[in-house]
Amino acid sequence: MKMTGAEALLKILEGYGVKHIFGYPGGAVLPLYDAILNNPNIEHILVRSEQAGAHAAAAYGKYIGQSGVCIGTSGPGATNLVTGIANAYMDSIPLLAITGQVDSSFIGRDAFQEADITGITMPIVKHNYLVKDPKKLVDIIYDAWHIANTGRKGPVLIDIPRNVFEATVDFEPRTDLVKIKGYKPTYEGHQSQIKKAVKMINSSFKPLLLVGGGVNFSKAEKEVVEFVEKYNIPMATTLMGIGTYDETKDLALGMIGMHGMPYANYAVHHCDLLIAVGTRFGDRATGSLSKFAKDAKIIHIDIDPAEIGKNVLIDLPIVGDAKSVLSEILLGIEIVERNEWLEKIIELKSRNRMLLHKTALNPQLIIQKLGDMARDDILIATDVGQHQMFAAQYFKFSQENSLYTSGGLGTMGFGLPAAEGVALAAGGKKQVFCITGDGSFQMNMAEMATIVEHNLPVKILLLNNSSLCLVKQLQHFQCDKRFSEVSFTGNPDFSAMARSYPNMTAYRIENEDEIESVLKEAMSHNGPSLIECIISDENLVYPIVPAKKGLAEMIGVEKW
Amino acid sequence: MKYTLSVLVENRPGVLTRIAGLFARRGYNIDSLTVGRTEDERYSRMTIVVDGGQDIVEQVAKQLHKLIDVIKVNDITEVPHVERELVFIQVKSDSNNRGEIMDLLKIFRGRVVDLSKNSMIVETTGDCGKIDAIINALSPYGIKEVVRTGKIGLIRGDGRKN
Ligand SMILES: Cc1ncc(C[n+]2csc(CCOP(=O)(O)OP(=O)(O)O)c2C)c(N)n1
Ligand SMILES: [Mg+2]
Repeated sequence: MKMTGAEALLKILEGYGVKHIFGYPGGAVLPLYDAILNNPNIEHILVRSEQAGAHAAAAYGKYIGQSGVCIGTSGPGATNLVTGIANAYMDSIPLLAITGQVDSSFIGRDAFQEADITGITMPIVKHNYLVKDPKKLVDIIYDAWHIANTGRKGPVLIDIPRNVFEATVDFEPRTDLVKIKGYKPTYEGHQSQIKKAVKMINSSFKPLLLVGGGVNFSKAEKEVVEFVEKYNIPMATTLMGIGTYDETKDLALGMIGMHGMPYANYAVHHCDLLIAVGTRFGDRATGSLSKFAKDAKIIHIDIDPAEIGKNVLIDLPIVGDAKSVLSEILLGIEIVERNEWLEKIIELKSRNRMLLHKTALNPQLIIQKLGDMARDDILIATDVGQHQMFAAQYFKFSQENSLYTSGGLGTMGFGLPAAEGVALAAGGKKQVFCITGDGSFQMNMAEMATIVEHNLPVKILLLNNSSLCLVKQLQHFQCDKRFSEVSFTGNPDFSAMARSYPNMTAYRIENEDEIESVLKEAMSHNGPSLIECIISDENLVYPIVPAKKGLAEMIGVEKW
Repeated sequence: MKYTLSVLVENRPGVLTRIAGLFARRGYNIDSLTVGRTEDERYSRMTIVVDGGQDIVEQVAKQLHKLIDVIKVNDITEVPHVERELVFIQVKSDSNNRGEIMDLLKIFRGRVVDLSKNSMIVETTGDCGKIDAIINALSPYGIKEVVRTGKIGLIRGDGRKN
């Protein structure tokens, strides 16, 4: 069938079941936007900046389990996507970014709005393409989708010159499997490695399962449940692994790391076997590498062979998909009596709490209450700062795939567009709370408009301390309390601003006794709202694993 | 230690940038890199000499493999293989020492490819050790410029089985 390149792009996306794309128009993508006007099956979400579009598409993709799609025009549209693409890359989120480019005959001549976006994004994409020949467009789109959505997932960018969008191409929907010579992810673990893992687990007295974001992407939650509940193996997670298993359960220890749960960090320190799945051992999770799980043998299961041995020395590597490998291991392991270890875990859990520095309205308490009220119903998106760590520590996630946060890149501004993307992906059926801070919120708060336009059930829980408090906290400990450029004095009246958007409600919480009633009120209707909590800028995230220290060397742990 | 990687890649624009970018980004040291088309014009073969420990080279190989345009990565350091490098050396010389230098070149099977009043350019091929040796041998006369291709390598006929 003959059609334009732009029409072929939309047809291929339709074939993959794409329902929404996030984007922003401009000169180089005019032909694409013209084609969008004629396409009844794909809804375009007009965001307020391309960066927000990329974050929204990434979170959308994480929710539905296949890549979201974002669009930017050439030049500034494309460069605005960069932060979103880098964020997706660091957290292995599938994402397809489409950028317009100047006419191929103008490339290299510094034409208006020309930017070498394939060059710029090379280190932050799984792969990218500049399509110079319209005849190659269709195959490139199929390949790009395949690469983004298989193996270790990640962002793929296709840069398409305006004349390629306009060119007539021959399009037949492909039904064959996409094959790429240099790309063959390994899904199944090596049998002999799996046997060894089974042996190691069966003979371990103190095993600990450590779950990373890869488990979310591989949908291996059921396998994790079986490890914990049938075989009594306790589990902890990285930040990205949150939402794989109900954190209210006894053997779920929550997040490890620099601001991890004290008992989770102690468990890593005390275990004799660490079964790490779908994690890249990021430095915020491990603390000092030489002290990390130093008495334990480590089994590392990951789909990306390059992650194995990159940061931590591994005793037994297994390259493969988390779900496939875990289910194979489950076939072999036995129920072993490990009462001493389980008692130790329960004891660690009951005797070590995070120190709480009491302020007039503790943000920790707000998040804890939110969890108690709606743990099983709502989804959470966060920004980056103290509020993010409090969310990870105090919400106690119970549902699969219920946390959307920026881990590897730590991108302020991720939260609101992410909440928007997830709310849309969930078809408006789930309320999405965006836990944010006044700093992060102001980076992408323009997305309130998009949220209002689509009447999405997004609740912005703004923990307003008029400061960049996580940085303030770093200065508190590392710069001898010399606070440099971390206070905001010109913040707007956020509630008034929210109310100025059509159909957006706003609330304020200033005292502890208002928390429940306001949250309840906000949840009682489905429309967008903002809940501003006026909190102190003296809160501290505890515990802290100081720089170069091991996980067991935390400060800010309350023992009893 | 120096490791030699033989890397089969798609013959496409941008591949060299991706590989060079990967080395720069991850802080790996490239000692030399050569690239050229193979028997099949869709692919190129690169010979990359990397400086570093065993663990670094393993990481390099794995990271290279992750690039979609990379089809195959072989660490041929320990595999029987042939290797060559080509060098041009411009060395100071005049009628007084020309004969002496020519004698020296015979030992290295070098050739004179350009001659002027005060200098000559010599050419030789060999493994990297031999190239270092000829440069050393000529340096007392005064070397003006050196250009080396970097090493190319290929696994020997029966090497793959080992
Ligand atoms: C885009 C970006 N710029 C800078 C930082 C560094 N940074 C990390 S946390 C933080 C403060 C966040 O402030 P806010 O959103 O108000 O959260 P709070 O810590 O006050 O809860 C900053 C500046 C970052 N992570 N991302
Ligand atoms: Mg703040």
